[in-house]
Amino acid sequence: MATMNELYQSVILDHNRSPRNYRVMENADRHAEGYNPLCGDQLGVWLKLGDGDVIDDVSFQGSGCAISTASASMMTAAVKGKRRDEALELFDRFHGVVTGQRPAAEANLGKLAVFSGVAEFPVRVKCASLGWHALKAALERQDEPVVSTE
Amino acid sequence: MTATAGQRARPAATYDVDAIRADFPILSTRTSRGRPLVYLDSAATSQKPRQVIDAVAGFYATGNANIHRGVYELSVRATDTYDLAREKLRRYLGARHAHEIIFTRGTTEGINLVAQSYARPRLQPGDEILLSALEHHSNIVPWQLVAEQTGARVRVVPVNDAGEISLDELERMLGDRTRMVALSHVSNALGTVNPVARVIELAHAAGVPVLLDGAQAAPHLEVDVAALGVDFFACSSHKMLGPTGMGVLYGREALLEAMPPYQGGGDMIGSVSFEKTTWAPLPAKFEAGTPHIAGAVGLGAAVDYIESVGRPAIAAHEHALVEYATERLSAIPRLRIIGTAADKVSVVSFVMDDAHPHDIGTILDDEGICIRAGHHCAQPLMRRFGLAATARASFALYNTAAEVDALVRGIERVRAVFG
Repeated sequence: MATMNELYQSVILDHNRSPRNYRVMENADRHAEGYNPLCGDQLGVWLKLGDGDVIDDVSFQGSGCAISTASASMMTAAVKGKRRDEALELFDRFHGVVTGQRPAAEANLGKLAVFSGVAEFPVRVKCASLGWHALKAALERQDEPVVSTE
Repeated sequence: MTATAGQRARPAATYDVDAIRADFPILSTRTSRGRPLVYLDSAATSQKPRQVIDAVAGFYATGNANIHRGVYELSVRATDTYDLAREKLRRYLGARHAHEIIFTRGTTEGINLVAQSYARPRLQPGDEILLSALEHHSNIVPWQLVAEQTGARVRVVPVNDAGEISLDELERMLGDRTRMVALSHVSNALGTVNPVARVIELAHAAGVPVLLDGAQAAPHLEVDVAALGVDFFACSSHKMLGPTGMGVLYGREALLEAMPPYQGGGDMIGSVSFEKTTWAPLPAKFEAGTPHIAGAVGLGAAVDYIESVGRPAIAAHEHALVEYATERLSAIPRLRIIGTAADKVSVVSFVMDDAHPHDIGTILDDEGICIRAGHHCAQPLMRRFGLAATARASFALYNTAAEVDALVRGIERVRAVFG
């Protein structure tokens, strides 16, 4: 069973304290909002897409707990420079791990593997996936706010 | 025994909390992490004493039949049991007549019933419904729905930084167009006890009826609807030691008599024909369909239990816990209590610098401590305080000072993680 120390690893605490790419992006190509009705957490994700649907820039801003803030922060670092299809594929792997549907060992998540302990905290899964759902919605051009409902 | 302010302040020395705890089987269970359960979320739902569990099980085991129709002995007995529960709730809430007690699914259904059956036929475009900024969503959304249906509008009485409603503002806002005042008796998010007697006085002076959302008041305060003169009072069984899916709406007889039914169906009719259907008298007019009979039995047992301990004694015990929790939590650096009203019951809501309520809740959960983290279904109130969420510890008759100490130790662990 995962312990608190596995959930709140130092890298997560660091991204919570100093989230990366934390800003509203001017002139973004894409934008989507994620919302967690359980706790009221809410965040926006902004994207600039370049040639070949490469994510040239990505940012986020909002209010949320340590898990959702750190996850969104690390998500921005992970997908910057990736193609749209690569980012969506990474969404699937990350989502599979945090929802416990896929073993972390085979998902090749790199730094994002720090979130694998979330699978043992069912009520926190939607925190870890909130920014990712907003990213997916932005990539898929959904205009309605997405609601994280795992 | 009649309650007075003096009895409410009775010292807790005679209060045997261990004996009370022994009545609640869940309180001696452990979490999957092997921790003893420290249940500090009774404002969300209370735990149930064995007396309630046994009453519900006993009804199903030996008393179950449908009510108001069978000609056989068992059905007559079930009907009597159901009616007895209504009488217990009449006494508990201080209503004059048992038929002023309508059994509902909960506070939410009670408020919707009043919004649709009382307010809707009376509201004209431009009419106003006064709420407060403290309200739970269940005392906001039903009024927004009826406002949309009728062209009326919802106006909001503000609260101050302590979480108290402004009586001056309320008085100013009560006008020619005000048709209803709907107010929480006790705030679920902050624990504020609203000055309901004064609100009712002001509203009635303006000719406006008052509904009280009593969900958080009924478990903790001595409520006397007749003495208050309140027009409607809604509460939920599950917050007062009873089963879920059960609640009570009190309505003044004259108002209930004049209202059309809320739902149609069996049990609420006088006679039915395709030309003309007539309604059953109160309270059956508002209880369409087979009701939650076992729920009523359980709720009756719950109020029996509360009265056996004594509401003044419970109030004194809970008051001491809130005071103690407030004192201990206030001493924690970079922790801020939200809601510092002079008159509070049961609830201590707080935020910490650097640690989001959700993270606080997860770390406390690891210690077996159950608190609520979130917006408490009171998002407008959270916005009023510039917050998305708070952490909330809430207390009931079975909580102890040792559990407050456990909460404080848990918060020290939160600090250790988040700095």
